[in-house]
Amino acid sequence: MITSLLIANRGEIASRVIRTARRMDIRTIALYSDADAEAPHVREADEAVRLPGVTPADTYLRADLVLEAARASGADAIHPGYGFLSENADFARACAEAGIVFVGPGPQAIDSMGSKTHAKDLMRAAGVPVLEGAVLNEGASREDLLAAADGLQFPVLVKAAYGGGGRGMRIVTAADELPEAVASAQREAQSAFGDPTVFLEHYVESPRHIEVQVFADTHGHVVHLFERECSIQRRYQKIIEEAPSVAVDEELRQRLGDAAVEAARAIGYVGAGTVEFVMGPNGDFWFLEVNTRLQVEHPVTEMITGTDLVEAQLLVAEGQPLPEPLLNARIDGHAIEVRLYAEDATDGFRPTPGVVNALVLPSGPGVRVDAGIDADSVVSQHYDPMLAKIITHAPTRELARRAMARALLETRVDGLTTNRDLLLGIMREPEFAAGMIDTGYLTRHDPAELSSSLTPQLLGEHLVALTVIEAGERRADRRHLPGVPVGWHNVAPPPSFAEYRCGDQEHRIEYRFDPHDQMRAEAWVDGTSHRVVFHRELGDLTIDGIRRGYTVTRHGPEAVVASARGSVAVTDVERFPEPGSSEAAGSLVAAMPGTVVKVDVEPGDRVSRGDLVVTLEAMKMEHAIRAPHDGRVASVGAQPGDVVDAGVVLAVIDEDEALSDE
Amino acid sequence: MTVRIDTTRLASTAPLPTAIDIDGDTYRTNREAQESYLDELRTQLDLARAGGGDRYMERHRDRGRLPVRERIALLIDRDSPFLELSSLAAWGSKFTVGASVVTGVAQVSGVEVIVIAHDPTVRGGAMNPFSLKKTLRALEIARLNRLPVVNLVESGGADLPSQSDLFVDAGRIFHGLSSLSAAGVPTIALVFGNSTAGGAYVPGMCDYAVLVDGQAKVFLGGPPLVKMATGEDADDEELGGAAMHARISGLADHFATDEVDAIRLGRRIVSELNWRKLGPGPSLPADPPIHDPDELLGIAPADFRVPFDPREVIARVVDGSRFGEYKPDYGTSIATGWASIHGFPVGVLANANGVLFSEESEKATEFIQLANQVDTPLVFLQNTTGYMVGTEYEQRGIIKDGAKMINAVTNSAVPHLTVNMAASFGAGNYGMSGRAYGPRFMFTWVGAKLAVMGAAQLAGVLSIVGRAAAEAAGREFDAEADERQRQQIEGQIAAESHSFFVSGKLYDDGVIDPRDTRSVLGVALSAIHSNSVEGRRGYGVFRM
Repeated sequence: MITSLLIANRGEIASRVIRTARRMDIRTIALYSDADAEAPHVREADEAVRLPGVTPADTYLRADLVLEAARASGADAIHPGYGFLSENADFARACAEAGIVFVGPGPQAIDSMGSKTHAKDLMRAAGVPVLEGAVLNEGASREDLLAAADGLQFPVLVKAAYGGGGRGMRIVTAADELPEAVASAQREAQSAFGDPTVFLEHYVESPRHIEVQVFADTHGHVVHLFERECSIQRRYQKIIEEAPSVAVDEELRQRLGDAAVEAARAIGYVGAGTVEFVMGPNGDFWFLEVNTRLQVEHPVTEMITGTDLVEAQLLVAEGQPLPEPLLNARIDGHAIEVRLYAEDATDGFRPTPGVVNALVLPSGPGVRVDAGIDADSVVSQHYDPMLAKIITHAPTRELARRAMARALLETRVDGLTTNRDLLLGIMREPEFAAGMIDTGYLTRHDPAELSSSLTPQLLGEHLVALTVIEAGERRADRRHLPGVPVGWHNVAPPPSFAEYRCGDQEHRIEYRFDPHDQMRAEAWVDGTSHRVVFHRELGDLTIDGIRRGYTVTRHGPEAVVASARGSVAVTDVERFPEPGSSEAAGSLVAAMPGTVVKVDVEPGDRVSRGDLVVTLEAMKMEHAIRAPHDGRVASVGAQPGDVVDAGVVLAVIDEDEALSDE
Repeated sequence: MTVRIDTTRLASTAPLPTAIDIDGDTYRTNREAQESYLDELRTQLDLARAGGGDRYMERHRDRGRLPVRERIALLIDRDSPFLELSSLAAWGSKFTVGASVVTGVAQVSGVEVIVIAHDPTVRGGAMNPFSLKKTLRALEIARLNRLPVVNLVESGGADLPSQSDLFVDAGRIFHGLSSLSAAGVPTIALVFGNSTAGGAYVPGMCDYAVLVDGQAKVFLGGPPLVKMATGEDADDEELGGAAMHARISGLADHFATDEVDAIRLGRRIVSELNWRKLGPGPSLPADPPIHDPDELLGIAPADFRVPFDPREVIARVVDGSRFGEYKPDYGTSIATGWASIHGFPVGVLANANGVLFSEESEKATEFIQLANQVDTPLVFLQNTTGYMVGTEYEQRGIIKDGAKMINAVTNSAVPHLTVNMAASFGAGNYGMSGRAYGPRFMFTWVGAKLAVMGAAQLAGVLSIVGRAAAEAAGREFDAEADERQRQQIEGQIAAESHSFFVSGKLYDDGVIDPRDTRSVLGVALSAIHSNSVEGRRGYGVFRM
């Protein structure tokens, strides 16, 4: 029996595992890096052990430190969560050697699935349909590369052979793009998984990502818990998952389930696993890979089957048979999960680390939230930028979809840019609503367009609300004469103004309170007039004839104004900028904190517009920083390995004189 | 100093009732008249705001410079009140309304200050005799109320053709700045442009000076004058630019990269003054009046000879409409009592029936003494045609009683605030703390009149005197000529009694919209509390 469990993970999954373990009277031990010292999972666990350092390589990936922590805290078992050490066979082996239960499959199952090529061989032998492909090891020559590509039909997918998620993935449409894509994928694979081997295979057009949850115990039971559809992806990473799939009927479900169970049996699987398939429009499916761990999206399966997969994992790890609800699982209704990320969906899904100033998460019947943050949490550049998962469960997909839209509307994470508006936009988009989805959904639909939940009129109304509410607050907070009207002046003054940056747009709001009736004001947003009537509560406003409740939260120069129609996050344009704070023209600035991976230029080099200058790795993604114009490198402010903050000038490119003379 | 708000008055003083019928004819007629006066006022203030007019304003902006009112708007705390003073200065003269300078009481970095800002669009901000009077009045308000002064400088100096009306008294500006500094009242100059000759001493006389790069030109003599005087070919940047003064002469304490930067530095300097007000500050609940101040437009009639109840005004100005009346049944032509405005305690004296009799004079005298006993500022709401005349009243000693009141007003040491609501004639103007009696601030409702007496009376008096003179000399009285002259004089006096004319001559601190009375008095009271608020002591209160 497991009586104490060390959770070798962080964030929402650590919290989620702790929740179930506590219910099973299992003592929980959390781990935390220095960056996570105040993270919620640390406080939720009964005990915690520090892993000095901040990068994953120094902390959560250090098998030796994790085992040491387990020994020191007297843990019987280790739950690896997902990512980090969850699919590391050596670690599973080391646990066994240390006499500690690893909550997951045996090392040989991990090993056999860890390599995608080996996994395919096994699947092929077991009669599961597979896509053919080729492997490129470290140091593969150009000839090797072309030879490998020769047998493949373009487009071709390049991805890391070891490891999961979308890291290191590239789609290549023509042979001559292959070398750069492979090189880049290899670098990312090396950085993320410590192995640069990449894998090539034919890329299926309009594919759906369908996966089957399997579960096996040590008593010979192998079951499947139906499929999940995870077709809505960005950068080859899932952001919305649901169960069941609208594209799968009973007959197909049976075939998929059989194939998955077959696959699990083929490798003698124990515990929770996922068999991933790619499915074409006509229902053909091919094996992709087996994930030998609990998936991020496991909650949708839990919701429709009424099971607790972590509980089942722990029971199986104790050597008990699968519990009854898993053995006889049935589908009840429909569940949707969205992943709330700290990222800018309107700017290439750029990660947006920072501090959570205020947090409102949805709740209510049929709504589940698995969160890894709370108010004041620091979202670090070092880890995955996922903040929380929101799951809705309802009798039908349509109702689950609507419940999700409302839940997202109630969700607020102030201080960070999140993909909330994108998720909300997808929930309300007709093709998604009709179930017409595949992994190309977000290339067909512009994320920026889906994210713009507010019309210009609504945006204007929110900016006006923010401005007049804060003007009212400033009046009340005035040291002298707080009762004299806002902006009162015995001779009509120029209108007061506020300026905000909202994404890459700047807005100027001019406003004037009626000096003789403070319940009325007029405001102009970029010249468009809006009429404001106040009511007793400061946030209760009628703007252009529509009365709504607005709330404003502010932290320094950042403010968020929200109503039932949505929210707008802005940064004040500084009224009195300190001179000398603006950087030289042609400066390339780090858009986010990160680590410099590669610097391709030296001072004095000539560069053309679009040339790669610096490669920055942040939140596990590589970001290419390119020359904004033709010119000469004036200075380079970064070296490979440097950890830089957002706003740091990485290099300065002097524009060619011929151009700057204009 | 934090003063606890005393809420006992909420229970002890009932709000005033109102008898105004806002649907009635009287209210409507009064309101229409006031609204037409306000339209005229708006037109005049628009002229003042337009400064040198569109062409000069545009040229100024094209040079990347901010108009004076935008400089002020950026300088003051966001959304804070600004009480502009003497906005109609030079009205009716050959000079532009506003007199090429903007002055007022502002809040900068949480400190109440006097702002004196040149309007360079009006003849390059050159100073004329009205600009001088306006500037000196602002400095006087700063001195009396202990308000730091922020100068926004951009002026080409004196309007040379008017030098004879200017030169001698202009020395009072430097004197004023220096003596403020000696009194421990900080003075700051933000120099946005020309500050030559006499103007050069403004940054020189101030405690702090900030000069804007490429714009500020501070020198005793510009390049042409230097050439004439010494033959030197001087460059104006080397002669008086911001960089030179910041790095070589040391006249500039701060070098501002642009106008916004200068304003930033100005705000920073004020925030670093560690300023503490000496007055006790607001100490009573500051709830708004229960009657709508908007209705103030319907109270004062167009014809000043028609009396109105000043309690209807008080009820729309003071906190919670609470007015604790003193001697309500005695000398009923003047209402006296205690109230508060934005939490500042005040004593109010308001003419109730135009004429001051002996009882009214004695009641006012006592009330002024009482206010001095308890260090409470006084608000005079004028609507008076003067002290009563006639045999009966002379025999009952109206001169002695009026003299008591004027004596009390003169020697009262608590700050006075005066508002002319409708009429301010004769010695009533003096007794009700007119300009000559040194009220800290004095404002005029747009429809109000001020003169030695009403225009018709004055013309009539002259006519009677003329007839008597003709009779005494045995000449025939030319009734037709007398009528022509009577009309001409009446017209002249009516024009000179007009609020714009009076304010144009700096006989008050501004013409206001009646609805702004509460805010105007609030800003003034809070400014007054920058200095200590103390009454006259010596004798006890004389019961008259």
